[in-house]
Amino acid sequence: MSKYLLDKFLYTVDRDPELVERYREDPVGTVEWWEAEMANKLLNCIDDEKTTWLAFTEEERKALREHDHVTLFQMGAHPFLTLTLFIAMFERDHGPLEYQKAYGKAMEHITMPYPDITT
Amino acid sequence: MAEVAAVIASTHHPFYYRASTATGADRPPFADEWVAKIERFRETLTKARPDVLVMVGSDHFHQLWLDNMPQFLVGKAPFFDANFYNEEREFGLPKMTLRGEEELAAHILRDGLDRDFDLAFSNELRIDHSITCPIITLRPQADLPIVPIYTNIFAPPLPQPKRFVQLGKAIREMVESWESDKRVAIIGTGHLSLELGGPRQFGEHGPDPEFDRKAVEWIASGDIEGCLAEVSLESLHHPGNATHGFMDFMLMMGVAGEGRKADHVDTLDLFHTMEAYFTWYPNGAPA
Repeated sequence: MSKYLLDKFLYTVDRDPELVERYREDPVGTVEWWEAEMANKLLNCIDDEKTTWLAFTEEERKALREHDHVTLFQMGAHPFLTLTLFIAMFERDHGPLEYQKAYGKAMEHITMPYPDITT
Repeated sequence: MAEVAAVIASTHHPFYYRASTATGADRPPFADEWVAKIERFRETLTKARPDVLVMVGSDHFHQLWLDNMPQFLVGKAPFFDANFYNEEREFGLPKMTLRGEEELAAHILRDGLDRDFDLAFSNELRIDHSITCPIITLRPQADLPIVPIYTNIFAPPLPQPKRFVQLGKAIREMVESWESDKRVAIIGTGHLSLELGGPRQFGEHGPDPEFDRKAVEWIASGDIEGCLAEVSLESLHHPGNATHGFMDFMLMMGVAGEGRKADHVDTLDLFHTMEAYFTWYPNGAPA
């Protein structure tokens, strides 16, 4: 399992307005494209200097494809990244703070200590 | 030598800008009280007549990322552009450009390294809301040069709380050893109890009011020893999963000094988190 790669997905999508829309509308296609084209891109280097070893597990792919923020939390993905991106994608469909509260409520069965987010 | 004209510690609530500028039906019911408290807080900085601002904050995965993550970083550049697309999107924050004070940044980097703080640096830093929120609340004209200092409260493994206090003490000494006649305000922002992306987020108040009450007391009374005795990297998980941002308040307690009571203390119990504002005048309150 790679918490780092989950975080990298959330980080690179959240900072790019086009990718936010693409992930909202087509999560399956976006996750497939991202893993093929972006997962091994070293962000501060030219395209030729690719990383050779980063890949999702099937469970990680599934959580991302299904927009499953509860499972992402349980996998130790950074909760700030997940929250920020999911607010960007779904707050617009809800009343003020309604989405944020529902997001927390969906996790109410999770008890302390929370999953470790150390990468 | 430079003079520390004021030491200021604050929360950095990204919703203040939108709440304070909203009108009519969009204006939240707590906005007027919040603005009044911020205006009193702003006056504590204005009265200190600063020439330069040292701004302590923490990048929220905007420019700094897990492939190359510094623990403590000083921005040394003539200008700092500010705020990112996703902060504009979520909080309505405006794009800004602030001037940098490179001479003080260079002094802090050299002096910090010589004091055994292995400070990272950036010559092209885009700063985020941890620094622009206090600019908006405390110095909205954004007219003073800054030295941004970023801490890692966000991406574990994190430095220990005592290291934040030690760096705060060192920043105070380093500013006071800068060969300049400038008046410097040292401003830092963090959090009290806070939960982001977990089950306790966006409640009626902060996730742990008891922690908040104790935290405000530690800061207001300058009780560094008492705070360090109770706070650890492990304990900070309990009040809320983003509460490690409290270590930036601990850094500012180090700047203010052990046992130094704050000259201005104010709080505001908001949904989601408690706001807290502190000002110290190291050389006595200005007239």
